[in-house]
Amino acid sequence: MSSLHERPTHGAVGEAIPHESAALHVTGQALYTDDLGGRLGGLLHAWPVQAPHAHARILAMETAPALTIPGVIRVLTAADVPGENDSGVKHDEPLFPSEVMFYGQAVAWVLADTLDAARLGAQAVRIEYGPLPALLTLTEAIEAGSFQGNASTLRRGDVGQGFAEAAHVFEGEFEFGGQEHFYLETNVALAQVDEAGQVFVQSSTQHPTETQEIVAHVLGLSSNAVTVQCLRMGGGFGGKEMQPHGFAAVAALGATLTGRPVRLRLNRTQDLTLTGKRHPFHAVWKVGFGEDGKLRALQATLTSDGGWSLDLSEPVLARALCHVDNAYYLPHVEVHGRVARTNKTSQTAFRGFGGPQGMLVIEDILGRCAPLLGLEAHELRRLNFYQEGEATPYGQPVRHAGRIAEVWDTLLERSDFAARHAEIRAFNAAHPHRKRGLAVTPVKFGISFNFTSYNQAGALVHVYKDGSVLINHGGTEMGQGLHTKMLQVAATALGVPLACVRLAPTRTDKVPNTSATAASSGADLNGGAVKDACDQIKTRLAEVAAGSLGTRSVKVGALGVHPDDVRFENGRVFPVGHPELGMDFREVVHDAYHLRTQLWAAGFYRTPGLHWDRVNLRGEPFKYFSYGASVSEVEVDGFTGAYTLRRADLLHDVGDSLSPLIDLGQVEGGFVQGAGWLTLEDLRWDTSDGPNRGRLATQAASTYKLPSFSEMPEVFNVALLERATETGVVYGSKAVGEPPLMLAISVREALRQAAAAFGPDGRAQLLASPATPEAVYWALETARTAARTAVAADD
Amino acid sequence: MESVSITVNGERREAPGARPHTTLLNWLRDQGLTGCKEGCAEGECGACAVLVARPDGEEGTRWESVNACLVLLPAMSGGEVVTAEGLGTPQHLHPVQRELAVRGGSQCGYCTPGFVTSMAAEYYRPGRQSGEHRAPNGFDIHALSGNLCRCTGYRPIQDAAHALGTPPEEDVLAARRALPAPALPALHLSGPGGDFRRPGTLEQALEVLAQSPDAKVLAGGTDWGVEVNLRHARAGLTVAVDALPELRELIWSPDSVEIGAGLNLSEIERRLAGRVPLLAEWFPQFASRLIRNSATLGGNLGTASPIGDSPPVLLALNASLRLASRGGEREVPLADYFTGYRQTVRRPGELIRSVKIPLPLAPVAAFHKIAKRRFDDISSVAVAFALDLDGDVVREVRIGLGGVAATPLRARATEEALTGQPWTEATVRAAARTLRGEGTPLDDHRASAAYRAAMLEQALLKFYFAGQEQGVGA
Repeated sequence: MSSLHERPTHGAVGEAIPHESAALHVTGQALYTDDLGGRLGGLLHAWPVQAPHAHARILAMETAPALTIPGVIRVLTAADVPGENDSGVKHDEPLFPSEVMFYGQAVAWVLADTLDAARLGAQAVRIEYGPLPALLTLTEAIEAGSFQGNASTLRRGDVGQGFAEAAHVFEGEFEFGGQEHFYLETNVALAQVDEAGQVFVQSSTQHPTETQEIVAHVLGLSSNAVTVQCLRMGGGFGGKEMQPHGFAAVAALGATLTGRPVRLRLNRTQDLTLTGKRHPFHAVWKVGFGEDGKLRALQATLTSDGGWSLDLSEPVLARALCHVDNAYYLPHVEVHGRVARTNKTSQTAFRGFGGPQGMLVIEDILGRCAPLLGLEAHELRRLNFYQEGEATPYGQPVRHAGRIAEVWDTLLERSDFAARHAEIRAFNAAHPHRKRGLAVTPVKFGISFNFTSYNQAGALVHVYKDGSVLINHGGTEMGQGLHTKMLQVAATALGVPLACVRLAPTRTDKVPNTSATAASSGADLNGGAVKDACDQIKTRLAEVAAGSLGTRSVKVGALGVHPDDVRFENGRVFPVGHPELGMDFREVVHDAYHLRTQLWAAGFYRTPGLHWDRVNLRGEPFKYFSYGASVSEVEVDGFTGAYTLRRADLLHDVGDSLSPLIDLGQVEGGFVQGAGWLTLEDLRWDTSDGPNRGRLATQAASTYKLPSFSEMPEVFNVALLERATETGVVYGSKAVGEPPLMLAISVREALRQAAAAFGPDGRAQLLASPATPEAVYWALETARTAARTAVAADD
Repeated sequence: MESVSITVNGERREAPGARPHTTLLNWLRDQGLTGCKEGCAEGECGACAVLVARPDGEEGTRWESVNACLVLLPAMSGGEVVTAEGLGTPQHLHPVQRELAVRGGSQCGYCTPGFVTSMAAEYYRPGRQSGEHRAPNGFDIHALSGNLCRCTGYRPIQDAAHALGTPPEEDVLAARRALPAPALPALHLSGPGGDFRRPGTLEQALEVLAQSPDAKVLAGGTDWGVEVNLRHARAGLTVAVDALPELRELIWSPDSVEIGAGLNLSEIERRLAGRVPLLAEWFPQFASRLIRNSATLGGNLGTASPIGDSPPVLLALNASLRLASRGGEREVPLADYFTGYRQTVRRPGELIRSVKIPLPLAPVAAFHKIAKRRFDDISSVAVAFALDLDGDVVREVRIGLGGVAATPLRARATEEALTGQPWTEATVRAAARTLRGEGTPLDDHRASAAYRAAMLEQALLKFYFAGQEQGVGA
């Protein structure tokens, strides 16, 4: 068979087609997990009893009063758990806790005939708490020495030597906020038990296999007694990689105990207060530059705020450490990483998975230090790019390092960067109350799960006797267009029109032992598996077709047709060079059936060549890197700190796109979501010593603000890098889910430039993150103060 | 009427046993119309948006989108609703649906039905024409400001909006616009979940309120809906007044314009047609189109929230309120209306009938809203100015503030510091320092007290310098 990246000239792959469910989306016909509940009889609704303390012991719990509420059927508590009372993979997340670890943690769940009754039942549960001291901020946790999991260090060379060689050494500190996923569809699970005791859970989950495993271990069942299905998610972004398991387990527990279907759907406030978010980070750093502006050494300590339990905090930290270099060669590196434990929600995966946090640290350093080195920020960045042949601090050669500069230079030219840079200087000189900023930042993002074992996938492909095709794979659809791409891959691999292929929902009884749909790897892994299954079938069909076509080939003077010379294109099967002799795919399938040929296959894919030493942070954890760059221009109002994003130009490398409309959507959407993280989205907890210490203050859409239409760049030019075939990946494509999010760092850097423009040149301009209008105002106030000081000094 | 019935997607549906706190969203979902989604239950995300048939002020109907999560089912009784399912099917897509689908306007698809209906409302907007709103087809993108999408970054949605043509002749919903909007009948529901009344006349409403002064008065419901959904508030009796003809008048006279308390903000915006420039500047900054299609001035002033966005502008406009009760009517200057945190001079049984703005208007006015997000956000600070200059001397200035005290307030000390003074940078800078000290701003998740205070000072400076650019006082 052909190698994985080779793409036939004809085929559905590479066509710009809309999402496979687009027509269902726009007509309101697309079903999500919570839309299914109303179709079941006897449905029970679940409501959590949420603790009003950030840290407390449960001294007593009285559930009987809840049962007096009309409609309340049962209160689920720890005593009901037949298996293990834990919803995590680290065994540090009791599903029904005896010790409350964060404000709003669910300590019991009430099941009732109506949602209102369940809510009133939850209010009626009487609990006596013994409050304990709580740690809320990273500063508090660091001071208290409150850490969890394994600390690790990324090391190369000798930073002591690096600093000795450096002409300029700077030090700094940077703390930046997390981010709420705010998938439009909150977490939801719907559980039923069939007559044989098989548990069926429909869950809005990115990781059906792990949801299945957690449900099984909570219920004390083996995995074959639990089936998890995910039709589609109304957004995931990493927030449904780990978080859904416990909710699925509660629903399944309720269903097994009552015999009735149980619906557990969080409302927005419950979702915001119960589930984990992007990790906030704190960094202290020391950096050395040579006289030439080149980075000589970086020494830093990164502390992530993991919240109350580990969840995915360790791999998130590892990815942060593996991206602290971003696109820059750092000869001497020593970066320590550790996970703080605080009394907050357990922070988790979020698009980029630590990568954005690591990259933000180095980009903040470069943005701050450039003026001190007498360089423009874009010059400083450009001269530190990786060159071909160089390796990352963890020892992985940077494949296609030249693409960093290629993408960058192409984008600067297309976005007219140099001319606009000059125009903005003139604009700023002429406008005392408004300043513009222009910045460009690169992205280099490693593709594959850091944890090597996860880099595998399975698929199941059926060809029916009429020539129609049904595919099933282990990846989940959360809007990223994975199913669309898989349909294109299958149609291309089998050489049939897209219309001949259908896709069945993701279910653990179809493809077992799947990895999370995460790490941007969905299309790479599942695409490899789908193609493998299709190739197996096609090989068998080619044997059959060679026989069927052999007699026809005599007409053109051939002795027969070798299976290798059979071509499958657009529903026709023919000898190479002779489409006129061909037959329909369905005819070949018909013949194959009667020749007793297996017409279905299980496909499998494992990413080759990966190895990773988790302890010493060494190895080649990534199959390849995704590259991109973005130019952002902002205008800041000097009176208020409010700003507009006037223009953004993005150029991103997705290899040879499997589905250009889908990929463009991922790039644009990722950028705006990243801009939200860095500018607008501001999670606030009550850190006072009052009675609500630990309560999430921004626990609704009215207080936690997502980007809306008005945050879209006024001019938005987005392009995919051309001629970018990635060998060794399905049809030459690259992953696209996460990397574009980090393109948004240029928005923050442009805001820094604009704020700095209110003051004299040559200053390190600090800027808080998120850079809300208030944060920008305080930043530009420091610039104005510096200007006044400079004037006073001149006087 | 004693029971609720609603026309949904052209079919009349009865809602036996409808309760006063059931939302239109939950009822639609129970009816199997699950395209309508709950994303936030507080009118912020628009995932539940539906089209409703509303009077166009003439003899016909407008299709407007509203948040179904904030509409109480009985309040919709007699009305007509169209959901995404009713606009088209996968086999026969509506033009709005087709444009969104082919351009990649949906990714996860969860927000999409709401976008479809908000977009359809603008598609059907009467008189939409090329060139308006800097759009080839006159599509006002602000029509979508109350719809959030977490996936796309909005560009394909905007492209879809700008690609729409005009509805074809045979379009049923376009044709529907020529017929009158459904008249909302008087309603009296009683049940275990509480009573709901929609009186037919103001007199009847005042009678009900006189007998039940604790009744929850509903005028748009964009605040009460949030209380019901998020804080699970329940009322023994809910009285809907936003359909009362007496509260839906807008009257110009030589010395005032009087705006009915039951008109929603979109209606007021259309009917004022820019004749009160300060309000014209203010409307787009008040929540979102989805909210403005329901929210009323009576509601915004009735809740007496210190962060409501109408008091600062109305204070700057020197507005007064007409309060009606069974005993008669009285007029209260808005500046005297607020007495404490969510407290006012409004007596039990008293209703806000209208808001009166005296004429002529001050020649120079501006509204400054400080928030994290440019549109559809709650103000950290809101400042409104109305300035009358005599040459370059301040004849009169009024400054309304929101978000910096337990009530909205007038910046009296600053007004005094400016009155009679020359309108110069020096005077303004001095007065701005005074303004900084007015109010007692708090630290919260929206902004720090220090920033709020700074924004008061900066607001006056910005007002001055923006005026300089436009030649004010020159």
